[in-house]
Amino acid sequence: MEFTTEIKPKNKLFDVDFKEIWHYRDLYSMFVKRDIITSYKQTILGPLWFFIQPVITTIMYMVVFNGIAKIPTDGLPEPLFYLAGITLWQYFSACLNSTSSTFISNQVIFGKVYFPRIIVPLSTVTSNLLRMLIQLSLFILVYIYYLVVGVDISPNFYLLLFPILIIMLAGLSLGFGIIISSMTTKYRDLTLLFGFIVQLWMYATPIIYPLSTMSPKKQWIMALNPITSIVEAFKYGTMGVGTFSWEMLGYSFGFMVILLSIGIVVFNKVQRSFMDTV
Amino acid sequence: MSVAIKFENISKQYRLGLVSTNTISHDLNRWWQTTIRGKEDPYLKIGDINDRATKAESDYIWALKDINLEVQQGDVLGIIGKNGSGKSTLLKILSKITSPTTGTISHTGRIAALLEVGTGFHPEMTGRENIYLNGAILGMTKAEITRKLDEIVDFSGIERYIDTPAKRYSSGMYVRLGFAIAAHLDPEIMIVDEVLAVGDAEFQKKAIGKMQDVSKGEGRTVLFVSHNMTAVKNLCKTGVLLKNGTVDFAGNINDVVDYYLTDKTIRGLFNNEWKKENAPGTDKIKVIKAYVSHDTPFITVNTPFEIITEFWIEEEGFPVNVSMVLWDKDLNCVFNISTIQKPLSKGLHKATFHIPAHIMNDGYYIVQNYFVTESTPHFIHNNANSFEIVEDRESSGWHGKWIGAVRPTFLKTELTALSIDLDLKNT
Repeated sequence: MEFTTEIKPKNKLFDVDFKEIWHYRDLYSMFVKRDIITSYKQTILGPLWFFIQPVITTIMYMVVFNGIAKIPTDGLPEPLFYLAGITLWQYFSACLNSTSSTFISNQVIFGKVYFPRIIVPLSTVTSNLLRMLIQLSLFILVYIYYLVVGVDISPNFYLLLFPILIIMLAGLSLGFGIIISSMTTKYRDLTLLFGFIVQLWMYATPIIYPLSTMSPKKQWIMALNPITSIVEAFKYGTMGVGTFSWEMLGYSFGFMVILLSIGIVVFNKVQRSFMDTV
Repeated sequence: MSVAIKFENISKQYRLGLVSTNTISHDLNRWWQTTIRGKEDPYLKIGDINDRATKAESDYIWALKDINLEVQQGDVLGIIGKNGSGKSTLLKILSKITSPTTGTISHTGRIAALLEVGTGFHPEMTGRENIYLNGAILGMTKAEITRKLDEIVDFSGIERYIDTPAKRYSSGMYVRLGFAIAAHLDPEIMIVDEVLAVGDAEFQKKAIGKMQDVSKGEGRTVLFVSHNMTAVKNLCKTGVLLKNGTVDFAGNINDVVDYYLTDKTIRGLFNNEWKKENAPGTDKIKVIKAYVSHDTPFITVNTPFEIITEFWIEEEGFPVNVSMVLWDKDLNCVFNISTIQKPLSKGLHKATFHIPAHIMNDGYYIVQNYFVTESTPHFIHNNANSFEIVEDRESSGWHGKWIGAVRPTFLKTELTALSIDLDLKNT
């Protein structure tokens, strides 16, 4: 009789079983559904929370960064400027936060049943995407309001890049997240370190200030952060202001592809033995 | 008959103790030796066998060592062994939760592991939503679950609650639903671990029936892990006894169970014997033996046995009675009986407590002996010896633990009709 499955101590470096992942696609959609239904169960305001968070954050930023610190907003209305950044950054940080604890927060279920572990971070990135799209509608409402009022914001052809920008954000957060989660199964020090870094990372990304306020040399350093070009491209496509360059965007894309490949390989290796070290 | 699962040299090494700075130095050393210098893993060669009772001499331990096993298709294999013998590790490797340190397992078809049913249930989701979620976790597609949904709900017997959030369920309902989902996976290989310990008689009957259907009717392979020897004997054809991470005995299930029950050392039971120099006791009394005596290879609820303690009296005419207190494994006192007090001559004496058949319940028992003189305890001998009484019951479809401190089956019971309902008879 032919055996269909072999269980061995070690697998090859690039031995990722995509066929198996495809087989579990229904699990992926079930996890997405679970995340969406359960996140606001037994709350009074329910899905309204999707809006409350960005609204209050925007107001805070308007008061602190624009009102007190007098940081310019590239000539854009403040709510629009901050909402654009917040919507993108919250997606990135939410994905990163949840994917980076994949192994630790799922150790109970991972210890009982086998399925391709990558399904969990993949579904988290997707369910966060739905949340982000809901928040994006808030941005669009404010955007339409300013268009009607007659503020000079000019959407242009670069707006079509939006789906690619989102895929890049998802890929980057997934890549970073699964690498962090693979590294933290054994040494928890890294959890503390990364939690701290993500907090500071926002300030290294043009969310609360426009990239154009910096000298070209500093802009070049800022562009090393792969999120920078994504945020700037989004602002440029929707509102016609910001710093857009194909080189910067290409760099971010390449960064994402390499990061994600490394992440999948590392994650795949760790998932086979993490139960012994977690 | 063909082989459904083949284990070849399966070993699993664990590191003892906590993850510490030592771990990182071992990791670096391992990386240096294997990746850079291309040598063998320096920590793979060492490692104690897995015996909890002895002090570890190495930081590494073999939870499993060189397991070689072939399971025939359609077989129901019982895996037995005391806690820590490697049963769970073996199942975890087979169900791909962790990978083996060395060796290969080859198998055909889908494996469903009922290591703990209801895994991944979300308390906020309804029973129906949880069927889909849990089914998907176990590897079913959505279409497959939809097709079997009615059957699953019916099997679980909780139809009324199917649209209620799972957090309102009792633990029994959780298990019923979880088992119902797993039982409808239609796996080629099914792993069942102690699910029979929970649930009521009716549900146990259903669960066992399903297991038997799966193996008999459909020619699927079942691996069953349990401490319940009655259930194992009734359900399995062949058995494997694990001891300290190795296969101690394999073969026909009755032989394996008998071997296991006869070997006291496997189960941590002890009869005691001391040399006179270091015997427990006082200057007047020295205990040299404490044991149980029985004619059968092991004690069941249906066999009589004797609890015996042998001791030296060092002072001529010392008045003593022996009072034996029997404790169960939870340290509840089962009963206390005593010999009559009389002056004993200098020399060796023996106190025997005859326990008839059909009175004790199955379980693990510990003996404590009081040597009493003039109504005051002269010497208390704690943990003198221990023994186990094994279940021996006709199969009634129910394999749960019989409750009660004792089980006096010699007591007369009666069930009589008082009147016959004529209407009912006519319909």
